[in-house]
Amino acid sequence: MQSRGSNRWHGLRSPILLCVCCSTTAVADRVSPLSPTNIFAPASTPAKSILGLSLFVLAVTGAIFLVVFTLLLYSVVKFRKRKNDDGREPPQVYGSNQVELAWTVIPVLIVVALFMATARVIASVQKTARPENAIEVIAIGHQFWWEYRYPGLGVVTANELHVPVSDTNNPTPTLITLLSADTDHSFWVPRLAGKTDLIPNHPNSMWIDPHEIGVYLGQCAQYCGTQHAKMLLRVYVQSREDFDCWVQQQTLPSKGGGRASAGQHIFETTACISCHTVAGSAANGRFGPDLTHLMSRDTIAAGVATNTPEHLRQWIQNPDAIKPGSLMPAMQLSDQELDALTAYLETLH
Amino acid sequence: MSTESIPWPSATAGSRSFVDTLHEWVTTVDHKRLGLLYIAYALVFLLIGGIEAIVIRIQLIRPHNDFVSPQVFNRMFTMHGTTMIFFVVMPVLFGFANYLIPLMVGARDMAFPRLNAFSFWMTAFGGLVLYFSLIGANGLYGAGNAPDVGWFAYAPLTSQTFSLGHSTDFWTLALLVSGFGSVGTAINIIATIVCLRCPGMTLAKMPLFAWLNLVMAGLVILAVSPLTAAQIMLLVDRYLGGHFFDTQAGGSAVIWMHFFWIFGHPEVYVLVLPAFAFASEIIPVFSRKPIFGYPVMVGATVAIGFISMSVWAHHMFTVGMGAAANTFFVISTMAIAVPTGIKIFNWLATMWGGKLEFKTAMLFCVAFLFQFLVAGLTGVMLSAAPFNWQLGNSYFVVAHFHYVIVGAILFTLFGAFYYWFPKMSGKMYSETVGKLHFWLFFIGFHLTFDFMHIPGLLGMPRRIYTYEPGRGWDTWNLIVTIGVFFQAAGILVFLVNLLWSYYRGKPAGSDPWDAWTLEWSTNSPPPAYNFALIPTVESRRPLWDLKHPDDPDWKYE
Repeated sequence: MQSRGSNRWHGLRSPILLCVCCSTTAVADRVSPLSPTNIFAPASTPAKSILGLSLFVLAVTGAIFLVVFTLLLYSVVKFRKRKNDDGREPPQVYGSNQVELAWTVIPVLIVVALFMATARVIASVQKTARPENAIEVIAIGHQFWWEYRYPGLGVVTANELHVPVSDTNNPTPTLITLLSADTDHSFWVPRLAGKTDLIPNHPNSMWIDPHEIGVYLGQCAQYCGTQHAKMLLRVYVQSREDFDCWVQQQTLPSKGGGRASAGQHIFETTACISCHTVAGSAANGRFGPDLTHLMSRDTIAAGVATNTPEHLRQWIQNPDAIKPGSLMPAMQLSDQELDALTAYLETLH
Repeated sequence: MSTESIPWPSATAGSRSFVDTLHEWVTTVDHKRLGLLYIAYALVFLLIGGIEAIVIRIQLIRPHNDFVSPQVFNRMFTMHGTTMIFFVVMPVLFGFANYLIPLMVGARDMAFPRLNAFSFWMTAFGGLVLYFSLIGANGLYGAGNAPDVGWFAYAPLTSQTFSLGHSTDFWTLALLVSGFGSVGTAINIIATIVCLRCPGMTLAKMPLFAWLNLVMAGLVILAVSPLTAAQIMLLVDRYLGGHFFDTQAGGSAVIWMHFFWIFGHPEVYVLVLPAFAFASEIIPVFSRKPIFGYPVMVGATVAIGFISMSVWAHHMFTVGMGAAANTFFVISTMAIAVPTGIKIFNWLATMWGGKLEFKTAMLFCVAFLFQFLVAGLTGVMLSAAPFNWQLGNSYFVVAHFHYVIVGAILFTLFGAFYYWFPKMSGKMYSETVGKLHFWLFFIGFHLTFDFMHIPGLLGMPRRIYTYEPGRGWDTWNLIVTIGVFFQAAGILVFLVNLLWSYYRGKPAGSDPWDAWTLEWSTNSPPPAYNFALIPTVESRRPLWDLKHPDDPDWKYE
C-alpha cells in the first residue's frame, strides 16, 4: 500500500518560483536521457576532469580486457580435449623467463601511465587555488538532512543548495566546507563533482563551478543510519542575478503573522522550537532545519516530498509515514491545530 | 609411498549410536574432520547469508518498494556482509586448507591439532554470538534486533549515542571471538607448512596450494590483529568511557576507518589467495600440464602479500586525506595489479597448448579466470582516486567486490568442491548435475553482477533501502534481482548434488583425475593417519614422477 501511496511524494518536475523579486524562471532540468545523476554527464569542472580520466582508464582497461579475453577464449576453444584424443599427455612446459619478463614489464609500463594521468587529475582537483570571488558555503550533514550556511552572505537554509552559475566570462566557483553534526555522511552530486565525506571532527572541503543553470540531484553516499536512503541532495544552479535575488530574499525576515497567528502560537508553545528556527521569532532550535524561509523551498524532508500544504500537514502529523526512522517526532496535534500550524508555515516565505 | 590402509578402530566399527558419532565429531582433533566441520558450518551460514541477500534484492526490485522496513533492510545488509566474509568465506577456506595442507605436504595432521580444534570452535562460537543478537541484543522484547551499522561499522554510528541496545556489541564480540580462531588457524597453517613437510619437499617443491595458503596465513596474523585491537577499543568506548572514536569528545572517526581497512584490504587477499590456490591446482590437472612459471607464481604471491599491506586507504579516497596520501595509495593499489596480472597470464599459459578437459571443476575455474579479469580491471578503475570519487560507495563498488568474492572466490570454491569431493567423500558426484549447477550459477551471476555496475555509474549509492523513480535505476535493479534467483537455484542444485552423491554416488577411487599431488596417493576418504608411510618426494608433482618413471619432473625443475 505504501509504495503506491508514497509515489504521491514525488514528481518534482514543475517549474518553480525562484524568488519574489525576480521574474519567474523556469529551471530547465537539462537531464541526460539516461539519468539525472549520470557520472558521464558532467556539468562542472571537477566532474569533467574526472570524466576525462575515467575515459582514459576505461580505454586502457578495455583494451587489456579485449586482449586477455581473446587469449582466454582462444585457448578454451583451441586447446580443448578432442573426441579423438590419443590419450597422450601434451608437451610438459614448465615456464619461460622471457615470457614472464614480457608480461611483467608491460603491465608495469601501463601502471606507470595510468598513475601519471591519475596523479595529474588529483592535483588539478585537490590543489586548486581558492579564487577571490568564490561563494563560500558550509554544508553540515545531519541525520537525515542537510544544513547550508553561507557565512559571507548571512543565509541559513536546508536541503536545497543554491549556487550561482559559473561561466567562462565570469567564473564563480562555490567552495563547500563539509562538516557533520552526528555521523558520517557523503556529499555526492554526480554531475557536479565526485563525492566527499562529511565526518564529525574532521572538516573537509570541495568545490564546484557549475556551467549550466538547472537543478542537480544527488544523495548522501555514506551510510548514516536508518534513513540514509532518503537524504537527498538538490543543487539549484542559478544565473548570478537570480542567485543574488535569492540571497536578498533569504536575508529578509519572513513574513509571518496575520491569519496564521494561531498557528504561530502553537509553533512557539510546542516542542517545534526545540529543534527549528524561525528568524525573528522565539523559535531558535538548531537540531532540525531552519524554517525561516520554508516556503522558498520546493521540497520538505530532505527532498523526499514536494512542499505542498497537504504534505506539510502529513509530515507534521506523522513523519514516519513519509520517512520512517526520521528524527522528527509525530507532534500529536488535533486536526484544528494541524490546520493552523500548516497555515502558519505557509506564511514563511 | 603406500596406498594400503591400515585398519583403524573408529573407521571399522559398523554401527555406532548417534551420541557416539556426535561425541567423536565434537571432540575430534583430526584435521580432516575439523576441515569438514569448517566446511559444513560455512555452508549453513552460506544459506543464511544467501537468504539475507534475497531479502535485500526483493526490497530493491523496484523504486519505493516496501517489502521490508528501512530498519530491517539495514540489518540485512550488515548481517549479509558480516556473515559472508567472517562466517562463510573465511571458514570454508580454512576448512579446505585444514583438510588439504597436511595431505599435500605429506603430513599426518596439522602441527597443533588441539589448537586446530580450539580455533574451529572459536570461529563457530563467533557465528553463534552474531546471530544470538537476534534475541539477545534488546532482549526478547526487542527480538529481531540485529546489528545495523554496516559490515565496516564506521564510527560514530557504533557509539552508544547512535547504536542503542546491544546489537553492535554482539557484532563486536562475534568478530573478536572468531578473530582468535582465525589467528589460531593461521599459526597452525604456518607451522604445518614450515615444519611438517615430508622428506624431499623443499619450499620450492611444495604445491602452489601450500605456498598460497602460507602467505594467506601470514596475512591473517597481520590483518586480524588490528581488527581485534579496534574491536577492543570500540568496547572500551562503549562501556568503559573511552573516547577513541567518540567524535563528540575529540575522538576520531577516521582512525576507525584506518584500523578497519588495514584489516579490511589484506582481508580481501586472505580470501582470494586460497581461491588462487584452488585454481593453481585444478587448472594444471585439467589442462594436463604443470603450472606455468612456478617460481614466478610464488614470487607474485609473496609480492601480493607485501603490497596488500600498503593499500588499505584506497577505501578512503573520499574521506579527505589530502592529495599526497591519495596519490600514494593510487600507486600502491595500481602496483598490486602487476603481480595479480602475472598470475592470470601464468594460468592462461598453463592452459595454452594443453588438453583441456571441461569437468565441472575446470568450468568453474575458467569462469573464474574471466570474472577475475573483469574484477581486476574494475579494481584498476577504482584505484584511480578521482574516478573513485564518483564510483566509491556506489553500486559500482558493490558490483566490483561481488565480482571478486562471488565471481572469483565462490567460483573457485565450487571448483574446489567438485575437485576434492571424491577425495573427501570417496564418492563421485554427478557431472551432469554439476554442469547444471555451473550454468545456472553462471547465468545468475552475470545477470546480477554485470548489470549491478550500471546503477552505480548512474549515481546509485549503496546501502539505500529504497530509491527514487526517474533516476534510470529501475530496469537495472529489476534485472539484478532476477539474477539472484538463478544463483539461488544453482546453489540448491549444488547441495542436492553433494548430498545425493554422498549417499548414492559411485566409488571414486583414490585418484579419479589422474592428478599429481600427494593427497591423491592415499585412499578416498583418507584414513585418519593420512599415509601409512610418510612419502618422499623429488619434484613438485610426485605422482607424475610415479606415473612417468621414464620422464620424471625432477629432471627439469
